[in-house]
Formats: sequence, C-alpha cells, structure tokens
Amino acid sequence: MTALGDPTRRAIFEHLAAGPLSVGALADGMPVSRPAVSQHLKVLKDAGLVIDRQAGNRRIYSLDPDGVAELRAYFERFWTHALGAFKQAAEERNGHEEVS
Amino acid sequence: MTTQAADTTARATVLVDAPQERAFTVFTDGIDTWWPREHTIGEAELKEMVLEPRAGGRAYGIGVDGSESDWGRVLEFDRPNRIVVSWDITLGWKHELDHAKASEFEVRFIPETADRTRVELEHRHLERHGDGWEAMRDAVGSPNGWRGGLEMFARAAAT
Repeated sequence: MTALGDPTRRAIFEHLAAGPLSVGALADGMPVSRPAVSQHLKVLKDAGLVIDRQAGNRRIYSLDPDGVAELRAYFERFWTHALGAFKQAAEERNGHEEVS
Repeated sequence: MTTQAADTTARATVLVDAPQERAFTVFTDGIDTWWPREHTIGEAELKEMVLEPRAGGRAYGIGVDGSESDWGRVLEFDRPNRIVVSWDITLGWKHELDHAKASEFEVRFIPETADRTRVELEHRHLERHGDGWEAMRDAVGSPNGWRGGLEMFARAAAT
C-alpha cells in the first residue's frame, strides 16, 4: 500500500495542502489521537511527501515544497505546450473563416 | 507563522488573436484540433479527442481502434467565458477512477479587444495526485520515469 492508500493519512496530507500545521492542530481537527497522527506523519515523511521543522516546542509539518514544485512544473510545461498548439489552432481557424 | 501553504496550482496563460467566442469554441468543441496527440491514456493511438460542450459532459479520447478512454468530466460550462474540467488522469497517464484523487483545471477566456483574447488556465488541487507523486519519486532516474517525462515536455515545448 502506498503512503496515501490509508484514508486517515490521505486526510492528513490534504489538511497540510491548505497550510502547515502542528501535530496538535492536526489532531484537533480529526477523530484520531495525537500519537496516531504522529505515526501517520512519520509514514508520510518517510515517503517524502511531507517535511517537518521545529518551531519553539512544536513540530510543524507541511507538504514537501520540492515535491509540489516538481508537480507544478510538470503541469505548467504540459499546459504551456498545449496552449501553444491551441493558440495556433484558434488563429488558423480565425483566418479560414475570414477567407470563406 | 511565516510559512505559507504549498502552492498546489499550476498556471499558464496565452494571448490569442481571435475573438473570445472563437477562442472558447476552438478550446472546447475544437479540442481535437490542438490537443497534443502523444497525450492519450488510451491503449490505442489517438484518433480523436472529444470534450462534450455542456456541464456534466465527458472529456475522452477515441483510439484508432474505436476504443474510448475517459479522462475528464466537464464540471462547469459557461460559454464563452469559462470552463472547469476534472483531470481524471494519474501521473502515470492512467484513468483515475477515484474522483477524490482527481485534480481539475479552469480556463477563463477574457476579451482584451474584439479580436484578441487572453486565455488563463489554472490547474489546481495537484496534491490530490499525491499517490502518483510518490510513484514519480520512485521513478526518478529511470529513463521513462519522471525526469524522462519532463525532458519529453521540454523537447516538445522547444520544437
């Protein structure tokens, strides 16, 4: 099973997509104990999906920005390529209609 | 707290020398005229790409063997202003059957002048592809893996 195959881990991951949270804040928003949240976060961290950092006496978790950046780059390249082809099609068709 | 939410939206914009209505029509009804041919999730080579021009419509490819492969659902259809389409495609270019794991893209057609349209595209909720993201990381370094995909796009974009 992948790290996100578990529904609770997926829910934690999606909470973090909205912004960084501490273990306590994550646990408050979910019907899961704090130790269980910590355990799930460890799996997500080992899978390279989230990162953590210390802030005072709390540990703050967030989506791995490198992973997100790669994903965004992938889609931005795809759409830049596709929109270039779309522009050509839209402008060609424009020309054809003016001719007819 | 100084950290921000990770940006899980990809954006792209293009200026088109065509009126808003025409830009919208070519993007939707005319998707087959511009969709990158190599991007199909069907087994067979792509013969035609279809985007049904209504909310609730299907977005799908038709292979040369006649097989149909769905890859999106038209969530909003507001001619000639905007559309929202789900992206039911995994990062491995397979059909994603679980809607909770599908991202979506919105396209806005904004008239700059009577003959010029700015087309703004936002592909959002990319985190929903988290499973594929993981697989992608595992594939890093393999020629057909994630990096290979990026290189393919870079080459395609440069030609």
